Amino acid sequence: MEFELVVGMEIHAQLRTKTKLFCGCLNRFGDAPNANTCEVCLGHPGVLPVLNTAVVEKIIKAGLALNCSIDPLSQFARKNYFYPDLPKGYQISQFELPICSGGFLEVTDADKKLKKIRLRRIHIEEDAGKLMHEGIKDGSLVDFNRAGTPLMEIVTEPDFRSVEEVYDFLTQLRQIFRYLDVCDGNMEEGSLRCEPNISIRPKNSPELGVKVELKNINSFKAARKGIEFEFARQSKILNEGEKISQETRGWDENKNESFLMRTKEEAHDYRYFPDPDLPPLRVDDEWIEKVRRTMEELPRNKKERICREFKISDNDCDVICSEKAVAEFYEQTAKACGDGKQAANWVMGDVLRVLKTGGAINTFPITPSRLSGLIKLVADGKLSSSMGRQVFETMLTSSEDASTIMLSRGLGIVSDSTAIMKTIDEVISEFPEQVQQFLSGKDKIMAFLIGQAMRKMKGKADPTVMNRLMKERIETLRGKT
Amino acid sequence: MKNLCHLTAYEIREGYKNRAFSVTDIAKAVVAQVEKLSPKIKAFLYFDADEILNRARDLESQAQRFEHNPMFGIPIAVKDNISIRGIPTTCGSRILEGYKPVYDASVISSLKNQGALIIGKTNMDEFAMGSSTENSAFGPTLNPWDLERVPGGSSGGSAAAVASRMVPTALGSDTGGSIRQPAAFTGILGLKCTYGLVSRYGLIAYASSLDQIGPMGRSVEDLAMCLEAISFREKRDSTSLDDPLGTKYLDNFKTNVKGLKIGVPKEFFNEGINPDMRESVYQVLKDLEALGAIVEEFSLRYISCSLPSYYIIAPAEASSNLARYDAIRYGLRVPGENIIQQYENTRGAGFGAEVKRRILLGTFVLSAGYYDAYYLKAMKVRRLIKNELTEAFRKYDFLVTPTTPTTAFKIGEKTQNPLEMYLSDICTIGVNLAGIPAISIPCGKIDDLPAGVQFMGPQFSERRLLSLSKAYLDATGHHQIIPSLLKEN
Repeated sequence: MEFELVVGMEIHAQLRTKTKLFCGCLNRFGDAPNANTCEVCLGHPGVLPVLNTAVVEKIIKAGLALNCSIDPLSQFARKNYFYPDLPKGYQISQFELPICSGGFLEVTDADKKLKKIRLRRIHIEEDAGKLMHEGIKDGSLVDFNRAGTPLMEIVTEPDFRSVEEVYDFLTQLRQIFRYLDVCDGNMEEGSLRCEPNISIRPKNSPELGVKVELKNINSFKAARKGIEFEFARQSKILNEGEKISQETRGWDENKNESFLMRTKEEAHDYRYFPDPDLPPLRVDDEWIEKVRRTMEELPRNKKERICREFKISDNDCDVICSEKAVAEFYEQTAKACGDGKQAANWVMGDVLRVLKTGGAINTFPITPSRLSGLIKLVADGKLSSSMGRQVFETMLTSSEDASTIMLSRGLGIVSDSTAIMKTIDEVISEFPEQVQQFLSGKDKIMAFLIGQAMRKMKGKADPTVMNRLMKERIETLRGKT
Repeated sequence: MKNLCHLTAYEIREGYKNRAFSVTDIAKAVVAQVEKLSPKIKAFLYFDADEILNRARDLESQAQRFEHNPMFGIPIAVKDNISIRGIPTTCGSRILEGYKPVYDASVISSLKNQGALIIGKTNMDEFAMGSSTENSAFGPTLNPWDLERVPGGSSGGSAAAVASRMVPTALGSDTGGSIRQPAAFTGILGLKCTYGLVSRYGLIAYASSLDQIGPMGRSVEDLAMCLEAISFREKRDSTSLDDPLGTKYLDNFKTNVKGLKIGVPKEFFNEGINPDMRESVYQVLKDLEALGAIVEEFSLRYISCSLPSYYIIAPAEASSNLARYDAIRYGLRVPGENIIQQYENTRGAGFGAEVKRRILLGTFVLSAGYYDAYYLKAMKVRRLIKNELTEAFRKYDFLVTPTTPTTAFKIGEKTQNPLEMYLSDICTIGVNLAGIPAISIPCGKIDDLPAGVQFMGPQFSERRLLSLSKAYLDATGHHQIIPSLLKEN
């Protein structure tokens, strides 16, 4: 039987805020274990949570970007379970009344058409600490630096029908979060975690199948592989006439397979109830408008605007806008040099090539204004494009601007006809055979001769002048033979 | 000169002003009284005489700094569920043995800033669950009026310390009557404030939506002085509120009772209330009428559901609040083969029977499939009770009821029957559900045991409750009763 894949996603995003969700400790990773903790995030007796409103603003931003409705009244709830990394024995989350509901994000489906993936909700919750097992005899240690840091959980409807849709969704979501400075979106480091709920059903069947939740997905690639694996596993079970059981499975990245974590019967009863320590969260229109006014430009809007303003192709724009900082770098360069197309070529070509070997665009050694100076020299014909590349390489390690480097290294274009003519004469005397071939009708040989002359002049000759003079010179030979 | 221990906080303050005695004199008197009576009464879980005398000397040397603080040099005992930095805080539980808070509760910072003389930690029912202090893991406190009887609870240690003149004032906490019931059993005054008036930061949670810290003492002025020092809106407690009428409670008592409308809810005078107790409170009503109040009986429809809804909501919150005692970061740890066993061993050994009972109850009522029938329904009933009390206060300035159905019962009398024990809070629980303030003050004695009357008022009516209490006590002098144990000395 042919089956259709049905996926819904639960996505956890670590929010980029200065401090934790309910206390003043730093929301920062990489410090010594338990350096960023206090009595509140360690769950000492008698402490109380105080909501960090910066978190609320980040979530409002994300909600607006994802077309959600921001609910005027939401509620914090306790999710109760025991685990050593959970200091209070409950996680403060949102249950019945989340801060955002509804919403959607458009993805490209298998037929290259735009399709809406509907969101069910977005809610705020706190993260837990981390257990450390490695190198410890007789037990484990807990690092509570992450305990109490803010998370946003996004739950979609089961609207995905292919891994491509999932991939596109995750890519866009990460891009949006990075643009809004909501989350750095790094799946490998766990700042973006996704749990697909996967089920299958016979093609064209209206009913949903039994779902399996997949955990431990640490990369986009793992998401893709995990879903594909589950699709195959579930298809096999149904084809063999067996039933799928509702369960939570983990993804083993080394073995490339999923394994059973717990069955439905073993599922926790979290005993959610409203947290009596936190009054309902009220978000009025004024607050939403304040956030909207200060909100960063969304990727889609930025792309449309850059396309329009700088007249570059859709594809180029996609590359440039994949990262907000790159797009900003491009914009500044394009504005300064006044040539969107050339700026795009340089940014997509040379700048991104260098960045691939390491480093961030924010600290790129050539600033947009220096790069635009270089682009202008090439555009004005003062520097050939190959010489331009050499100047670019020099600029990576020098703080001088392009024209200074050009002059000091004698890299400028030579359009003086005497010097060019002298070189042409040399070439003609060195390659008499080729000259004869040209004269006997082999037009293509011209490019070879010009190439030789250019090489002699180390590429510095003005190509237009060179072309013109070479042709004129050879034509004078035609009469003589 | 009068024995310094018998002075009220207000009198001590006057004495300091007149230089009749020093902070050290008072501290010495406190230490002497505690050392004399503690073996009998067992009011304290933590008491360090040297620390108190040192603190008294420190305060004296900085007297100028505290000149305008009413609580300067006033001895105050603290219930053992309120965190004091560096001082063992057990909540009456083995599970917190060895635990010392790394921070001060908000009320403690405030008292310290005002130069109060903090006197030890008082005994209590484990995690404030109980009405007699018999649930303390460290043994019960005894009632100074009759050493065979309980002092009430859960703030029984604080009540007994105040009643036996070890300290003039103490902090208690009240979740379902834990300040008022022991105040009534020991013949002192206890105020349960409007929910949110006093910061809960540092109060070890039992049932967060009901818990309130409040003052206990032997005069209206003392309660007012103490309340002034501990009530303020505070950022660290998101449920804390500003008193719209300001932060002053002491002085300006409006003791003219004439024309005040007093409602008497019938449901608090039924067969569950001891006839002598009923008579005592009827006498209070007569006294108030004599002072010019208008007394009227009426009926509350839902108040009888207070106890059942309380015993769903409070355990539900407790089951979650007490989950943090998991042997990982502080307190008792009884190791096991694996983490689950360590939880079981630690919590099995660390919690007493009543705490376990309430954790089980609370876990049950929050469980999938039972939540709507229990927790959600109880929350709806709570709303109805709150509404009907709000409605009553449109008509009446105050409601007057007994604080307890009986006077102090004997040690061991109710320990075998939890329901019987729960019923001793039947008159006080509705107030917590509604978040309103209420005060218990002495209204005489029954068979040489104190009886208490409860005045309830609407949200933020603390000033008026204190004024009414002052009018009543000025007229009757009931707050001056002294246990015979003290007279013998």
